[in-house]
This record gives sequence, structure tokens and C-alpha cells, in this order.
Amino acid sequence: MVGLENKAMNKTIIEVRNLKKDFHVGEVTVRALKGVDLSISEGEFVAIMGASGSGKSTMLNILGCLEKPNAGDYILDGVDMAKLSKDQLAALRNQKLGFVFQSYNLLPRTSALENVELPLFYNNKVKAKERRERAQEALAAVGLSDRMDHMPNQLSGGQQQRVAIARSLVNDPVVILADEATGNLDTRTSFEIMALFQELNSKGKTIVFVTHEADIARFTSRNIVFRDGHILRSENVTDRFSAIEMLKNLPVTDDIETS
Amino acid sequence: MHISNLLKVAIYALKRNKLRALLTMLGIIIGVASVIAMLAIGQGSKKSIQDQISTMGTNLVFVMAGSQQRGGIQMGNSGAVNITVKDMDAIRADCPSISDLSPEVRANGQAVYSNKNWPTSLFGSNTEYLNIKKIEVGSGRCFTEKEVKSAAKVCLIGATVIEHLFGKDANPIGLTVRYKKIPFKIIGVLKPKGTNTFGQDQDDLLLAPYTTVQKRVMAITYFQSIQSSAINETKTKDAAAEMEQALRKSHKIKEGAENDFTIRSQDELVSTFSSISNVLTILLGAIASISLLVGGIGIMNIMYVSVTERTREIGLRMAVGGRGKDILMQFLIESILLSVLGGVIGILLGIGVSKLIGILMGWPTVVLPASVVLSFFVCTVIGVFFGWYPARKAASLNPIDALRFE
Ligand SMILES: Nc1ncnc2c1ncn2[C@@H]1O[C@H](COP(=O)(O)OP(=O)(O)OP(=O)(O)O)[C@@H](O)[C@H]1O
Ligand SMILES: [Mg+2]
Repeated sequence: MVGLENKAMNKTIIEVRNLKKDFHVGEVTVRALKGVDLSISEGEFVAIMGASGSGKSTMLNILGCLEKPNAGDYILDGVDMAKLSKDQLAALRNQKLGFVFQSYNLLPRTSALENVELPLFYNNKVKAKERRERAQEALAAVGLSDRMDHMPNQLSGGQQQRVAIARSLVNDPVVILADEATGNLDTRTSFEIMALFQELNSKGKTIVFVTHEADIARFTSRNIVFRDGHILRSENVTDRFSAIEMLKNLPVTDDIETS
Repeated sequence: MHISNLLKVAIYALKRNKLRALLTMLGIIIGVASVIAMLAIGQGSKKSIQDQISTMGTNLVFVMAGSQQRGGIQMGNSGAVNITVKDMDAIRADCPSISDLSPEVRANGQAVYSNKNWPTSLFGSNTEYLNIKKIEVGSGRCFTEKEVKSAAKVCLIGATVIEHLFGKDANPIGLTVRYKKIPFKIIGVLKPKGTNTFGQDQDDLLLAPYTTVQKRVMAITYFQSIQSSAINETKTKDAAAEMEQALRKSHKIKEGAENDFTIRSQDELVSTFSSISNVLTILLGAIASISLLVGGIGIMNIMYVSVTERTREIGLRMAVGGRGKDILMQFLIESILLSVLGGVIGILLGIGVSKLIGILMGWPTVVLPASVVLSFFVCTVIGVFFGWYPARKAASLNPIDALRFE
């Protein structure tokens, strides 16, 4: 356990009020979110937890401006979502958000460097030279400087997820959104990824992290638990784990054990 | 996204599936190549017909006895016998747009030399005839005005007749050939002209003064036709009009009554046969265009497959900031690239095939620059048109649905 001090939590990055989301499948209406209130400040590392089907991914997708809510307000970094067009939402995602997915979602047969460059292609202000440099920096930040020209199929799962994290960093977003980012990885690799997230958070990045694994959530600074489209509870993590410490203590045999 | 980046992404996507890109382009390649080749064949046949007609004479305008049916293109001699020296004189006097003028009479029969004979035509004309008909004297000389006046028994001989009566490459000048029992002294040999488009051997003839043919061979006083040259190409219409006036006057045809003769010009022949080859060209081009259309549909098909295959990629691109129009342009440029690249290869192949047809089959082919430009343009349009719907589909995807797509 290390004392990762919380930053001065004055600036609110995410403000959500009475958010509702329904899905219509044929005759049936699924009420995925039934009025959620949520506020996340700059520098927080938030885990969204809850049972399967409780609405975690739906929440994250709305926070990521990939989906529009049916009702309620969502203000990201001072911008009200409801007022934005499709193209403006795309520009917002490009400049303020970073995504990390469970299944990495890297472009196949495209080098790590080019995968990381991708978001900057959609920002006309960034010229080719700067794009390359920023992508190299982002890859260096996730410890993959020596794998820049590797294709995704030449990288391990953990390395692919690192590339995806580098991609989410490259545009210097105000918040990184991750949905089950460790879901496909073994324990050790999961801890490595969490160590990376903790490092980014300690440098001031705001992170919202969806997971249903309680021990993964212990690496974050606040846990928000969803149940059936509501927030059941939201609590600060008092005895926060350090992923680096945990990795040191992880028995080596773990590598060959079948879990 | 900048256009250069879009282009890079499109080229990259095509490179990832080289074989598929090539197979997709194949439809366009074959389509464009066949359009180019077909148009080249059509144009080639048109040009060769035009060339052939132009060897028939110099700015030719001619009168035949008998009237033609209105609107028809019947050109045969209807057996009328009403064109005479009087008409020649009238034309000579009243037609300033005409330079050379000659009567033409034609007898059919056997040319005989010693124990050999050969069925051929004996043409009768004056001395201007050679200019009008673009006939040249290879060796020897042409008959003179004096010989025309005196109905001299002299003749010029074509290569085919020489071959059959004297043997190939023989020099018959000074020898005497008999035609309908009349002995003609050969004074000159005509330069060979070959076979024309209509299959006529233009070297199978004897040419003698028209007076000789009229009086000594056929015993007639009329001409079958009058042949003339306009002073230049642009004057052929004027020449024909003047000739009509002169002949109506000399034939005393009342106003409103029909002509009892027919005037034709080389121009008219060219345009008649050109329009036939134009129809042929359009028909060939249309058939070939169908394969181009099929090629376009092939592109559309592959673009749909590509959009479906890359749904997750589209979702990802949208998640990191790609707008609908960025995605639209990405796929549109990909399909334009496919069709234009296919088009360029098709054009080159088409030109090659046209040349090859020209060499192997001996068909004349002419690749018009216009057909190349047109093909290129059509390919771009095909790329946009057939790429539009798949690209539209890609652009209208919902980012979340696209990301979740399995
Ligand atoms: N596109 C959709 N169409 C219809 N129903 C949907 C859709 N997306 C989510 N749902 C429904 O909304 C509810 C919440 O789904 P969500 O994906 O947010 O759950 P989750 O908490 O992420 O679950 P898990 O842990 O299994 O990923 C579920 O009942 C799900 O069936
Ligand atoms: Mg989920």
C-alpha cells in the first residue's frame, strides 16, 4: 500500500444529472440506465463496478459520447453534450477523450506506431512530423519504444493493450475511458496494465475504468457500484493497492499455474 | 482528414488485399480495354472506308443518266440514254466550280491477245479523266486530245489485264490487244490501285478515248456518266448544284418537274459510309460498355464486402474522432482508386490490343484520344457511383454498433 495522494479535486471534469438510457428491441424496452447522478473531478481514478447487465458499459459509452442518452444532462469539461451535432461530438472525442477497449481494437496489419497515430490523423491541426513524434512519446510512456514497427499479431495481449493505451493518450485527453481493459488478460499482465494506469493517474490523468473484478478495482481511488441501472453506492478506496508492489509479491509459479 | 492522408489510407487498404484489389479491377480493366479496342476497330473501319473512297477520285462529282428514287440511295444506271456531248458543253460553260470534266462510257467484253483472253471492262474517256479518277500512268503515255478527236485505236492497260494476257511484270507497250474484234495499240500502263473496300479490282480495265469506245466498239452517241472534279473539296456542293442547273436547262426540264439524271458526289458517299461505320462503332462500343458496367457492379460488391469486413475498424475510427464524411471519403476514394487504376491499366491494355488486332488480323484500328479521355472520365464516374452506396453505408454506421460488430 502506498499513499498516492489525491490531487486537489476542485475542477469537475464529468457532471452527470438524472441520466436515462432505454434500448428498444422489438416490442421490449430495456431500461439500461434509470436516472444516474455522477460527478468526477480532475485527477480521479474511478472504477465503475457492478453485476453483468447493470449498465456499466452503457454508462461508459455515454460518457465517451459514443451514444446519446434519452434524458438527463451530461457536461464534459464544461461542454453540454446535448447541444452538440454528430460531427461536433466526433471532434470532442478526438480532442478530449481516450478509449481503451477490452478487445484492444487495433487496426490489423498496421504497425504499433501507426495505430497510435490514428487519432491524430483526424486532427487537422497536427502535422505529420508532430504526429509521429507524439505517437513515439506515447509508446515510450507505455514502455514499448522498442516495438514501434511491430504489427499487432507480433505482440502479446498485454503489449497490444499497451499500444491501445498509448493510442488513448496520444491526443492528451482530459479523461481516459476504459471498458474491461484487463478482461482478456492474465493476472500478472492485468497488474502490469493497472500499474501503467496508476502511473498515468499519478501524473494527473483522470481515468474512468469499468471492471467487475473487485481486486482490480482496489487499484483505483474511487469505486462506483451500479445495480440495475442505478448507482448503488460510491465510495473512496481507503486502502488503495499499488500495482507495482503487488507485482513484486506475485509468486513466480503463478505464471505456469492454471487458474 | 487531409486528402493526402485519405489517399494514403485508401492505398494502404488496397495494398492489404492486393489480389482482391486486382481481381476487382479486372472487371474495369476488361471493360475499358474492350471499349477502347471496339471503338478503335470501328474508327479504323471508318477511316479505311474514307481512304478508299478518296482513292476513287479527286473531289469527285458525277452525273448518271436516269433519275433516282426520291430519298433512296439507288445508284444504278437505269438504262437511260439522255446524257450527251451537249450536256458536257453545258456543264463546261456554266459550272465555274468544276475544274476537270470527262465523259465516261463503259463496254463489257473479252480482251484478247494471241491465244489468251480475259473478261474485262473497256472504259472510254477524255484526257482529263486520269486526274479526276486519281489514275496515274506508270509507264508509256496517255492518249492525246488529237487521238480523242480522231477516235484513235489506242489504249491504256491495267495490271490485272496485263497479268492475264501477258504474264506478270511483262511490258505490253507497243503490243496490240483486241477488244470486240477491234485492235487497240497499248500505249501506256496504269499504276496499280489495288482492290477497293467494295471488293472491286481497280486494275481490271482498259482505258481508251471515249470517241473510240462510242463509235468503234459500242456504236452509241450517249455517255453513261459524266465525271468531274470540283476545284477544291469545299466546292463539291456548289459544283453539284451548278451542274444540276446546267443539266436542267440543257434537258429543258420545267420548274417543279423531277430531274431525269442523278448527281452524286464523293462527299455524299463518304458521309453515307461514315454514318454506317458510326452505327457500327456505337454498337460495338455499347456492347463493350456492358462489361464496363459489370465491372462497376463488381467494385460495388467488393466495397460492400469491405465495409462489412471493416465494420470494427470504422467504429474505432469514429471513436477516435473520425466524422461521417471522413469515413465516407475513405471508402469513396478507395473505390475511385480501384476504378481509375483499373481504367488506366484498361486503357493501356486496350491500346495494346488494338495495335495487336491491327497487326495480327490486318484490320485497320484507330485509337482516338477522345475515347481514352472518355474512358478515364467514365471510370471516375463509375468509382463515385458504385462506391457511393457502400461508402454511405459505412458513414452512417453508429460508432457503438460498429465497435460491437462481430
Ligand atoms: N445495443 C443494445 N440494445 C439493446 N439492449 C442493450 C444494448 N446495449 C445494452 N443493452 C442492455 O442494457 C443493459 C445494460 O447493458 P450493459 O452493456 O451496459 O451492461 P454491463 O454492465 O456492461 O454488463 P457486462 O458486465 O456484462 O458487460 C443490459 O440489459 C443489456 O441487455
Ligand atoms: Mg459491459
